[in-house]
Amino acid sequence: MNNPSEQPVETTEGGGMTRRTAIKALGATLGAAAFAQAIAPLTEWTENMTMDEYLQKHYKELSPFDLGVVMSRLEAETKAETGVDVHIGDYRPQPGVKFGYALNLSICVGCRRCAQACHVENNHDRPSGNSYIRVLEMEKGSLDLAKGRVNYDKPVPSKDKFYMPVQCQQCDKPPCVSVCPVEATWKESDGIVVVDYNWCIGCRYCEAACPYHARRFNWTKPQIPPEEINPDQGYLSNRLRPQGVMEKCTFCLHKTRQGKLPACLEACPTGARVFGNLLDPESEIRWVLKNKRVFVLKEDAGTRPSFFYFFDE
Amino acid sequence: MNKKDVAEHVTSYRRFLWRAVSDATDGSWWFYAWMILLTALALTGLHAWAVQVRDGLGVTGMNDHVSWGLYIANFTFMVGLAAGGVMMVIPAYLYHDHEMHDLTIVGELLAVAAIVMSICFVVVDMGRPERFWHMIPGIGRFNWPMSMLTWDVLVLNGYLALNLHICGYLLFKRFRGERPDPRWYVPFVYLSIFWAISIHTVTAFLYSGLGGRPLWNTALLAPRFLVTAFIAGPAFIIVLLFLLRKLGGVPVALRPVQVLVNVVRVTLLINLLMIASELFTELYGGGSHTASGHYLFFGLNGANALVPWIWTAVGMGVVSAVMFLRPGVVTHPVWLTVACALAFTGIWIEKGMGLIVPAFIPSSLHEIVEYFPTLVEWQVTAGIWAWGFLILTVALKIALPILREPHPEAKVAPVAGNASSAETRIHPAST
Repeated sequence: MNNPSEQPVETTEGGGMTRRTAIKALGATLGAAAFAQAIAPLTEWTENMTMDEYLQKHYKELSPFDLGVVMSRLEAETKAETGVDVHIGDYRPQPGVKFGYALNLSICVGCRRCAQACHVENNHDRPSGNSYIRVLEMEKGSLDLAKGRVNYDKPVPSKDKFYMPVQCQQCDKPPCVSVCPVEATWKESDGIVVVDYNWCIGCRYCEAACPYHARRFNWTKPQIPPEEINPDQGYLSNRLRPQGVMEKCTFCLHKTRQGKLPACLEACPTGARVFGNLLDPESEIRWVLKNKRVFVLKEDAGTRPSFFYFFDE
Repeated sequence: MNKKDVAEHVTSYRRFLWRAVSDATDGSWWFYAWMILLTALALTGLHAWAVQVRDGLGVTGMNDHVSWGLYIANFTFMVGLAAGGVMMVIPAYLYHDHEMHDLTIVGELLAVAAIVMSICFVVVDMGRPERFWHMIPGIGRFNWPMSMLTWDVLVLNGYLALNLHICGYLLFKRFRGERPDPRWYVPFVYLSIFWAISIHTVTAFLYSGLGGRPLWNTALLAPRFLVTAFIAGPAFIIVLLFLLRKLGGVPVALRPVQVLVNVVRVTLLINLLMIASELFTELYGGGSHTASGHYLFFGLNGANALVPWIWTAVGMGVVSAVMFLRPGVVTHPVWLTVACALAFTGIWIEKGMGLIVPAFIPSSLHEIVEYFPTLVEWQVTAGIWAWGFLILTVALKIALPILREPHPEAKVAPVAGNASSAETRIHPAST
């Protein structure tokens, strides 16, 4: 009820209300000015953003032509920023292929060259030394991850230890995919779980869901000297990532979908890594699965990994 | 409704809004000082967030090991506070408690402010907030029903809409000097009761569904969330009612406070029981899946940043539980305010940093990396709290006329003995 007697009227002087209104207006003006000042960094940030980028559709909704335009735009942006000519390709899964990876823990020496190769191949942020692979030094006689450590710094291998590199397990039931609120990450027909860097909103729910510490977030814009940029890039894999989005191991799909091997395997000096098509009965990976006693990491998590470990002896 | 009526409603709605704005911005110098303080804090937070968006979440203390921190901790707490607001509504509507009726709007407005805050805490946690439209069903790709986060988006926005509708309708009717038509709000009130339960259950499922995080992966999480919500919510409202009586001249009867005190009395004890159950399960069996629990309560391999926090929270829970058990607590506003503050802060620690952070320590590969929020995170967090208090202050200011004048039904209803009705009000003098 609009009852004036309910509240004490502010003042009986003629100019009272006007003065109060004037003060309010002044306050509002000051507030607006302070507001503009406060959000100034946002304006700087949006200066580098184009409308095309902002309104870009999800990877699966882009026509081949649209995707071509997007990739050309990204190539041009890299050229403008770093002066490097890169090629970004859209490598699709091949029919009849499902990738699997196996790792021989008996001969892995823990040299971490796989992690280093990943760092270079996938255009990782240099200051943080990021890589999709972490190598755990484990106690012999135990698979308890709590007894492992990653920060060893000494000649390897140590006699009483074994070494276990861990990367994305490309699960058949990936928890990271089901939790994503915007379908920015999904499993492709060849088993690789990918991220659309231009669709991810950066909520990091997938990172919380992953039991293998396989996901990495771009906490800042990745820094990489122009001469070190790998110019052979995949749209869904190793292209330069934007700030604020998630990324992960893609089994180097820009290589493997063209019949090549992942960088981590190529770098391994001991031949501990076996990669191939699980659907091809003649493949080496199938031979390993058939003849070795393989196991998967955290089987109890129910994630059904496509990444297997085994011991020789 | 014919055209003329509609036109009249539209104009009067415009006048209503204008009136609301001018009511909300009038007040004493203390009021202006309070609003200026909140505005300054909110703007500082806004600036810190803008810097964070420009430079990346690297300016926070989070990393690939502890990928959620202070923001998600506060988000979780705020959802609980919003759900807790319904503890005003349940007695009033399910048990037809008329004296509660007059004050339900306090709980509903608190819910509005808390939901806005929880949404803010999610937005500031996003790496690419400008892509929020990817989540809008229809134009984006909404991963519903698989992703629990999409459920949370639905229930939080639904709860916000429900409470905005209920409060907005009651205030508008009041402004027009009409009796609110129950058909236009009572069904929504009943819906909001179930909805309140759902917002916190869904938020718990967000965490408990993750098999890779043993600390969260417990069926007790959702019930515990609800119980803690029904500590923090009523505790806050009790203090709010005292403030409304003291600063706003709102006649607060003894009964609503008594009902809320009874609720907190029970929920505090249930929560302590739940903490004890969790501790027992974590400690007795052992195994590496209990590492996070060990880290939280006792520290792990020399890392023990959260140990003082969680024991502070447990201590506050125990002390406030004892204080609430005192039979006459309801007539001692100072004692009660302290107990409420302890309970509220205890839950904030326990359900915030105490629940979110340790789930990441050790990481899923059992690396131990501790988390310390940075200044930017504290600024943003303080900013959102200030923003929430701004919303709450303004909303309560607009609602004051409703609150000052009891519900007509309450007057008609026989108050337990006319003579004693004066005693059922808490006298300001007793503070």
